[in-house]
Amino acid sequence: MDKIRQNLFIYSVGVLFIIILVLAAAGVIDLYIQTVIMFIGVNIIFASSLSIVNGYMGEFSCGHAGFMAVGAYVSSVLSVTLFTANKLTGAPLLPPSLSVVLFPVVILIGGIVAAIAGLLVAVPSFKTRDDYLAIITIAVNFIIVTLINNMAVVGGSRGFMGMKKVLYAMKDVVPFPYILFWVMTFAILTVFIIRRFVSSVYGKGIIAIKQDEVAAEIMSINTNRMKLVAFMFSSGLAGISGGLFAHVIGYVNPGSFSILKSTEALVMVYMAGMGSLGGSVISAILFTILLELLRPFQILKWVIIPLLLILLMQFRPEGLMGDKELPDFFPKLKKYYKFK
Amino acid sequence: MSLLKITNLVQRFGGLTAVSGYQADIKEGSLNGLIGPNGAGKTTIFNLISGFYVPTEGTIEFDGTLINGKKPHEVTALGIGRTFQNIRLWHDMTVLDNIRLSQHYHLQYSLAGALFRSKQYYKREREIKEEALKLLDIFGLKKEADEFPKNLPYGVQRRVEIARALSVQPKLLLLDEPAAGLSSADVKELIDHIKWIHKNFDITILMIEHQMQVIMNLCEDIKVLDFGKTIAEGSPEEIQKNPQVIKAYLGDEGDIYA
Repeated sequence: MDKIRQNLFIYSVGVLFIIILVLAAAGVIDLYIQTVIMFIGVNIIFASSLSIVNGYMGEFSCGHAGFMAVGAYVSSVLSVTLFTANKLTGAPLLPPSLSVVLFPVVILIGGIVAAIAGLLVAVPSFKTRDDYLAIITIAVNFIIVTLINNMAVVGGSRGFMGMKKVLYAMKDVVPFPYILFWVMTFAILTVFIIRRFVSSVYGKGIIAIKQDEVAAEIMSINTNRMKLVAFMFSSGLAGISGGLFAHVIGYVNPGSFSILKSTEALVMVYMAGMGSLGGSVISAILFTILLELLRPFQILKWVIIPLLLILLMQFRPEGLMGDKELPDFFPKLKKYYKFK
Repeated sequence: MSLLKITNLVQRFGGLTAVSGYQADIKEGSLNGLIGPNGAGKTTIFNLISGFYVPTEGTIEFDGTLINGKKPHEVTALGIGRTFQNIRLWHDMTVLDNIRLSQHYHLQYSLAGALFRSKQYYKREREIKEEALKLLDIFGLKKEADEFPKNLPYGVQRRVEIARALSVQPKLLLLDEPAAGLSSADVKELIDHIKWIHKNFDITILMIEHQMQVIMNLCEDIKVLDFGKTIAEGSPEEIQKNPQVIKAYLGDEGDIYA
């Protein structure tokens, strides 16, 4: 009985996951709501991945969308060429039915390539920090977007499409809301592994860097290696969010990953509170819902959201949750959640 | 047996020579002092030993290994622990985490081990926690284990910092002004504490200190620096009587009336 109580939170997440999937498969939840849920999932991955660098490690990365773009394009090109008839290879390179099994692998490959792209920021971070590193991250965002803009093979500024055909190929095997399933799965796994990372002595090395880098070095932490791990881990997860985003939308263009997209991630992380994973999740949910609620107001929403952020920074500069997690506010929750 | 051998150490910052021809031969198990007026180059020598600066000239040999140019975490892994003039604890981490993190260099599990919770991960995390709690117990800090250092009195923070430096299991402990900011009662306690650490941890200590009470009570051998140069060396009694040391600290009699 104790074991059930201690894992009640995890069971609740599992039950919610199944309920959403069943309702989506039965058509009770319409496509719009499904899309909003998927955007929430993508934003949870995007925001919590940035919280590794900006929240836990205390650096200021503001070009996170660049890595999202890498993941989006790599996984899109892979899935389209492997599973659908396309302009690049003509016939699909693999039987389309294999997409059911290989879709998560394609998304992960996008994440791995994005992690490697993360080296563009990780290596300068050995000798640079604060504002100067922030400028480098913006530059990397511009470099990636400009490169994609000039790559005719992936459509250049016109963008790249065909990912919906991959989803149809999956649905042809067994009708099931695959993309919803994978977005939710990756979102849950992302939060889970980040939590594991920052709760281990290994991962706490990045928190030590944030609090005092000199002390971290002298207490035997290889700060360069930890920065490398943090930046690659963070950009890899951003790449995964990009891959999923591209397949949810079915179309990507370089404009989707501009500095504005990076700003969205910053808004979510700073709204959440630096160094709060739970905060990043809540903030990603609130931010996505807010965007949808303000959709009828068109341009006005980009007045309202920054205004809300200004008010938040004015009255609660540490963000919604600061560096605390939900059980710090509600200690009774600890009874229902045992973290391993 | 020599544990730390420094030969002709020179450190220049542009036109300024902070350390000039410093020599040292620190014997294993000894307790040594490094004193001198402000700006004499004492902390620079600590920064050179612990790898924050690469010497302009000279060599630093620790336990038979040349450590010039090694990174601070590599120097620590070789067995040199250090505290700072201004306490540099991780103030938003618990005291227990401050101690646990100093095991970073011999975690014996990888990133994958941490993410997928390997058996080795659980084993090492348990061992690291047990060792940290044992050390905190020895230092009388067990009940502060879950406190944040920023909420503790200054004297206790100093004790946590020394415990943290010892948790890397050093052969040589560098203490940079451990008595700075302490009350006279805390200073007396600190002296006893350092004596106890020296005896029980079987460790070599090199300390910088401005409070002569601490240095004269603890150190067997003292070096005095002024403007980056060694001006005197010897036992506490010899140093107290050395006219050059008196001059460096108090100036010439004539200076007052000039």
